[in-house]
Amino acid sequence: MSEQKQEKSEVKPGEFSTASLSLTTKERRFGERAIELGIYTVSSLSIIFIFLIFAFVLREASPIIGYTLSGEQTEKSAELTPEELTRAKEIVGEDYPILTHNSEITVSALIHDKWEPNSTYPRYGIWPIVLGTLKSTFVALFFAIPLSIFAALYTAFFAPLRLREFIKPVIELLAGFPSVVIGFFCLITIATFAQDLFGYEFRLNSVVGGFGLSLAVIPIIYTLSEDALRSVPGSLNEAALALGATKWQAAYQVMLPAATPGIFAAILLGLGRAFGETMIALMAMGNAPIPSWDVFDPARTFASTIGAEMGEVVFGSSHYQVLFFLGVVLFVFSFSINFLTEFYIKNKLIKKFRGNE
Amino acid sequence: MKRSRQILGFFAHGLPLVATLLVVGIIVAIIANFLIGGLPALSWEFLTESPRNVNTEGGIFPAIYGTVLLVIIMTIAAVPIGTITAIYLAEYAKKTSKLAQFVRFAVNTLAGVPSIVFGLFGLGFFIQTIGGGIDNWNHQAKMAELQQLVAAAPSPIANNSFAPVREIKAYLTQEDELKWRKEIQRLNQYEGGESAYANSQLVVTYLSSHTDPNWGKGNILWAALTLSLLTLPVVIVAVEEALKAVPQEVRSASLALGATRLETVWKIVLPNSLTGILTGSILAVGRGAGEVAPILFTGAAFSLAKLPGLQDQFMHLGFHLYILSTQAVNIDQARPLQFATTIVLLGLTLALNAVAIVIRSRIRRKNKSN
Repeated sequence: MSEQKQEKSEVKPGEFSTASLSLTTKERRFGERAIELGIYTVSSLSIIFIFLIFAFVLREASPIIGYTLSGEQTEKSAELTPEELTRAKEIVGEDYPILTHNSEITVSALIHDKWEPNSTYPRYGIWPIVLGTLKSTFVALFFAIPLSIFAALYTAFFAPLRLREFIKPVIELLAGFPSVVIGFFCLITIATFAQDLFGYEFRLNSVVGGFGLSLAVIPIIYTLSEDALRSVPGSLNEAALALGATKWQAAYQVMLPAATPGIFAAILLGLGRAFGETMIALMAMGNAPIPSWDVFDPARTFASTIGAEMGEVVFGSSHYQVLFFLGVVLFVFSFSINFLTEFYIKNKLIKKFRGNE
Repeated sequence: MKRSRQILGFFAHGLPLVATLLVVGIIVAIIANFLIGGLPALSWEFLTESPRNVNTEGGIFPAIYGTVLLVIIMTIAAVPIGTITAIYLAEYAKKTSKLAQFVRFAVNTLAGVPSIVFGLFGLGFFIQTIGGGIDNWNHQAKMAELQQLVAAAPSPIANNSFAPVREIKAYLTQEDELKWRKEIQRLNQYEGGESAYANSQLVVTYLSSHTDPNWGKGNILWAALTLSLLTLPVVIVAVEEALKAVPQEVRSASLALGATRLETVWKIVLPNSLTGILTGSILAVGRGAGEVAPILFTGAAFSLAKLPGLQDQFMHLGFHLYILSTQAVNIDQARPLQFATTIVLLGLTLALNAVAIVIRSRIRRKNKSN
């Protein structure tokens, strides 16, 4: 506001602004049109970026999709001597094709439980990675959902005003922690602490990593849930209180259900973050592709596999294509989550739960 | 009945409190953990010296320098685009506009794309397509020039005649040693050695077959541009919020006095929301400084001999911490350095975030009062 007053005082009565005199109205209008067109163009860049990201990640993975669609898969077996072939079969197993590092591979080669991209006869089974991602995402949400939703309830309904002004920024500050710092914290402190406490075998595993992921997810779910809880009309609360409900009954039985769609959206976005988080998974999860359901085994995720292996991979090799294919999966997953929250929850559910306001 | 309700009420009040205390407790624990472990190792030398002895001694100055340079380039790219998009969303777009809905959806999607996917995009788009394209273009131009040079009169292989490679090298050295440095080096490996005979076609084909990646490899520019895509939504959201905090009456007054919409935005709305643009930039810098995944394969390096320029790889605080903590040879020796690096990185990002949160809460209060 103060700048504005200054501006007003600069233009004294009877004084003309030379800027507006130098251009005729028509010229000015043309210039404005051009600038506005520029604004529209620059604004559309975000849309273009999304397309570009998808297109270029897909492009590097496209051989896999192409070979899958055309049903071709080359195998090395033809070039091998019979002895080499038997040896290769012993290593790879009967049911898996014998591949080289430049084989044209299909999606069917990815459906396997061994991830050994660097051995002589590579295997690109992503089952261990799928399991690792599921486990760590589950653990992350297991910690994050109750902690952040209860914390959101506290700040929205129970906390004294001054405390709320303190708690909210502090939890939001957690969102500003670089994920590499959270990963390091889990790697050093949490890993040792948890192993001393539970006494399991591997120091780094999907519980330690999943806990780290939950630290990245908590601020997201917390902030969005708190916003959802506070955007429920206060009249509902007052009505419940007037009907004789206690403060907590009103909070749990009236306000919380009314905020369900928003909280659901918050959880979905948190899920997307846990699914795609790289550095924490890379540092605190042990990074071993073991096809195991045990949460106390080391694990790796889609994102951490890309992070760990993309640096050393040969450009254009089948390993390279598989890693980009994992990237496509990550992109499609995060896109779907956003699509779901945006068009289903925000448009349909919230209206349904609130009625037409 | 009443008793069970009391117990229920106890938990209903207790659980939220406990959850809040736990979350705040963890945050305090993280900060305390690093302060206790890292403060003793933090010194002026640590901040201003280069690493020595395979990163087990010395400081982290190159990493600080790399991070700062990275976020500066990132800000230059992200803030103008972000601000203009926010102006469109807040000032120009009608509520029912399809374009605005698409832009909003794209911005939200951009915010949700995993950071590692940005890294893949940087690799596929900036490094291979743009960088590789520039390299290819330059290489072809250079080769055309070479063709002309070796085919013209003073050259020993003019008019498609044959000459020993030694003489061709001498000729190139004499013409412009600095410019043809790489080609002369390559000719050293010409099959048949220095005394083999070659004509201009053979020489040019041989030299064309190999390009040195110049822009087609990771460097600080590509990494910064990759990061700017990642931080774009941060800028847009913050600036839009600030634009909305400018009272509607001010706009109406400006329009009523005959100003056009662009003049209103440029002279009234923007000057009033400079703090918002500042917040957006600060938040973006805070976010960008801490992200490691997008720069893993777009230009971050573990150790460098000199400070980077635009075309070089760079050291980065977060990447440095990642390497120190996962690939340190001697863990006991590396521990204090790891903690001190963490303090610097965490201090930098948290300070930026804290400043932004304070400014933003002021904007929000103003927003509410409208």
